[in-house]
Amino acid sequence: MTVSIYEPDLGTPAPAHGGAPVTLEINGMPVTVPEGTSVMRAAAEAGLAIPKLCATDSLEAFGSCRLCVVEIEGRRGFPASCTTPVAEGMVVHTQSDRLATLRRNVMELYISDHPLDCLTCSANGNCELQDMAGAVGLREVRYAPGENHLAAEVDTSNPYFQFDPSKCIVCSRCVRACDEVQGTLALTIDGRGFASMVSPSAHDSFAESECVSCGACVQACPTATLMEKSVVEKGQPERAVITTCAYCGVGCSFRAEMQGEDVVRMVPHKDGKANHGHSCVKGRFAWGYATHPDRITTPMIRRSIDEPWQEVSWEEAIDYAAGEFRRLQDEHGRNAIGALTSSRCTNEETYLVQKLVRTAFANNNVDTCARVCHSPTGYGLKATLGESAGTQDFDSVHQADVIFVIGANPTDAHPVFGSMMKQRLRDGAKLIVADPRRIELVRSPHIAATHHLTLKPGTNVALLNALAHVIVTEGLVDEAFVNARCEPESFAQWRAFVARPENAPERLSQELGVPAETVRAAARLYATGGNAAIYYGLGVTEHSQGSTTVMAIANLAMATGNLGRPGVGVNPLRGQNNVQGSCDMGSFPHELPGYRHVSDTVTRQAFEQAWGATLDPEPGLRVPNMLDAALAGQFHGLYLQGEDPVQSDPNTQHVQAALKAMQCVVVQDLFLNETAKYAHVFLPGASFLEKDGTFTNAERRISRVRRVMRPRAGKADWEVTVALAEALGYPMAYAHPGEIMDEIARLTPTFTGVSYARLDELGSIQWPCNDSAPEGTPIMHRETFVRGQGRFMLTAYVPTPERTSRQRPLLLTTGRILSQYNVGAQTRRTDNVHWHAEDRLEIHPSDAESRGIVEDDWVAIASRSGETVLRAAVTERVQPGVVYTTFHHPASGANVITTDNSDWATNCPEYKVTAVEVARVMQPSDWQREHHAFTARQWGLLPAGSDAAPVAKSDAGV
Amino acid sequence: MTPDKLVDMANQIGSYFATDPQPEHARRQIAEHMKKFWAPSMRVTLFEALERDAGVETQLDELVKRALVEHRALLVSSPSNA
Repeated sequence: MTVSIYEPDLGTPAPAHGGAPVTLEINGMPVTVPEGTSVMRAAAEAGLAIPKLCATDSLEAFGSCRLCVVEIEGRRGFPASCTTPVAEGMVVHTQSDRLATLRRNVMELYISDHPLDCLTCSANGNCELQDMAGAVGLREVRYAPGENHLAAEVDTSNPYFQFDPSKCIVCSRCVRACDEVQGTLALTIDGRGFASMVSPSAHDSFAESECVSCGACVQACPTATLMEKSVVEKGQPERAVITTCAYCGVGCSFRAEMQGEDVVRMVPHKDGKANHGHSCVKGRFAWGYATHPDRITTPMIRRSIDEPWQEVSWEEAIDYAAGEFRRLQDEHGRNAIGALTSSRCTNEETYLVQKLVRTAFANNNVDTCARVCHSPTGYGLKATLGESAGTQDFDSVHQADVIFVIGANPTDAHPVFGSMMKQRLRDGAKLIVADPRRIELVRSPHIAATHHLTLKPGTNVALLNALAHVIVTEGLVDEAFVNARCEPESFAQWRAFVARPENAPERLSQELGVPAETVRAAARLYATGGNAAIYYGLGVTEHSQGSTTVMAIANLAMATGNLGRPGVGVNPLRGQNNVQGSCDMGSFPHELPGYRHVSDTVTRQAFEQAWGATLDPEPGLRVPNMLDAALAGQFHGLYLQGEDPVQSDPNTQHVQAALKAMQCVVVQDLFLNETAKYAHVFLPGASFLEKDGTFTNAERRISRVRRVMRPRAGKADWEVTVALAEALGYPMAYAHPGEIMDEIARLTPTFTGVSYARLDELGSIQWPCNDSAPEGTPIMHRETFVRGQGRFMLTAYVPTPERTSRQRPLLLTTGRILSQYNVGAQTRRTDNVHWHAEDRLEIHPSDAESRGIVEDDWVAIASRSGETVLRAAVTERVQPGVVYTTFHHPASGANVITTDNSDWATNCPEYKVTAVEVARVMQPSDWQREHHAFTARQWGLLPAGSDAAPVAKSDAGV
Repeated sequence: MTPDKLVDMANQIGSYFATDPQPEHARRQIAEHMKKFWAPSMRVTLFEALERDAGVETQLDELVKRALVEHRALLVSSPSNA
């Protein structure tokens, strides 16, 4: 979908809650708009452009530039049309001689202190100041040269955009964007009158300020004052293509603004229903990895990981992989091989990989990286509510009165939704945060959590049971909702269970590390504060009781009637862009697309008929089971599309040993990632800019990914899977990914109304989309739950076996930060390393002091799984007894420490609780030394002249 | 798959369902969970270990052991690990 680079701007936002229709007359034309609309917007909707500079429809009206003045009959003076709401019968004139003179004089003043370098300016051709000078007919500037800002120094400190104060007209759009849209409040107008200047923080440079580089200010700037460096370098784009971000589960809609096949910039799409024109530093700026020289664009094979890689044709690589897979099945049985799909790939791609496994491999050994993040969400929500998905759309948060965030850090991991949440919190919603760390939401400008429950890692279930205990024993249950919507038997059983004395906050307080009265107050707030919405992330799922925690969350929402309408719900915040989609597409070994078990004969027969193959009615192996089976000599071949378990999965040394034990590891990826160093076949992947498809975000929103450049290796990822299937004797006849989606829609009841044509028409669709909901389903479970009656599940607290001891007295928990993404394969190859060049260990000052550790010291972190060395960051963000790190850099070896503990129901690893000891050291760990040496050996095995070596260098780290 | 790992996983499943006030129902839930989510090869390996290795029997929680014995037909009815 190619569109103009010029987006329409109606000047002011639509009224938040569209009021009754109001009819007025503008330039003799009757115009009807909702009450609360500005005169400027009413005119724009009628096709009448009123000159403006400080107004834009992404920000509240400000009324400072005086260019949008109009005449209104019966009113004195010249009101600003942006701040004047419409009124019934109002008669407006947007053009007159007096208005023309006024506007020209205003423009003259602006231009008198503006460099007249339009021909060489980066905004030339796309500058609102230039446009307005033309619109008002400015022909001369009568003011003699005097004091001005023309020599002001350009701030180029931010890696992605520059700030040129000489071009600033002090319209405050950047300041307001930072306040209203992003919620960071990093910018201000410093000084008064002529001295007024946009200032990041307290006269800092942009790079040193609190700015989070979301790009909202750059987007809001009407001149070249704030401008992307890519535009400064390349010039204005010629066309824009609407596509979807390839980073987190918010799934922001973007305009890829292009010159030919070169991306000039990525700009958040105003009509994007997930992000409403906002972005974060990753989606907005960190796309350079797609054209990074580290990309491997030629297929490679080798018989052993100790042999050199050999560059081969696509046909040769595919034939080799297929031949090896067939040999392994002949020698070791059909279940000796499997595949891993990725949440970084499209729905169509993951659908094809699981189809390949179930047909060409003839087994169900397919899994996805959701195994290690949100598989407990699938289990827990299916068991309680009947569907493995979040209940709300993102916009629902604007109607929440109480927001309960547990085990999630939205401002870092889901930043655009984090900004939406902050808007609602600044507007008065109450906040409960349950997190061992003091995440940004706990206290940020104009936001303070009412309750921060600083629970110990591993005690989520105990906390939720304690909250439920208060709700049940203090009579706070929404009896009417429960009676109407839920199973009476399971509710009675649950009520009796949570009411037991062992679930009382007073009994659990010590285990939790949270005062009982705080737990009671939080429970009362959640149950009685109005619309209450729960948002959770991997701090809930990545535990030995991850599934139990998800069910406890659903129980809480059902018991208080917080489901089935806007403003409430159970909202899993998905880590990667297509976690929801990869699960929807049947990537789990026990489920066909649409979350239907492989043992379901009717469903299986429908797929057998469509696919022309007999399907196995028994579940296959999950990723950890595949790795264990490999070490037991029972599993020998793995096809990984876009996944890097060596870095992302727990207990790294176990993963490495399992991959070494396999005879054919096929990696399909953009880069020679950590897993590819153990591979026998490398199939070059295609970035999201190089292929068509769809992603499904955390709110079940299916959005198009659109190709803006040819695949650098010649094939989109779906074409590679098709070729592999064909080489295995199972032809797949697709001409375009749209045909794959058509097949998904034919076979999946929740997708029957989805097609590329329909997505083009509606922009995006939230499933279920079918005859009952032809335009999709923003809010689920409105009248009844998907499973009929809501089912309360018993959630006994079973402490994790991973406990502290004298030998390992600290608990390590891991997470993500704003500028880097997951294993960092993409963001490490961008200027985002400016903000996070290495993973560090956060440690509380008291724990640091008792170990003689100061800021920047190298410290060894040792668990029962292994040891690694990082630099220390001494901070009170973590509580005493808890340490924290990220895992964005391979050489950090964060997952060398994490253990093989996992969720009881799904085997989702327990990344969030590892008992460790920390000590000051002077050298890297044994694992890091071995990793360094192994990486060096693998460089030496790359073909001469390969561009891949720098990848390994940048990954070597310590 | 090593029996030790499978025993740990089975015991974890048992720990969840142990809260069920009806033991018979709990045992059925344990078996159904393993039937629904474990590959047949994992179930077969666990049963073989249970029969062969007395240590496995002692490592398994009583509730889980009873569930396995009671629902053996469900769990190893159609091994597909050809």
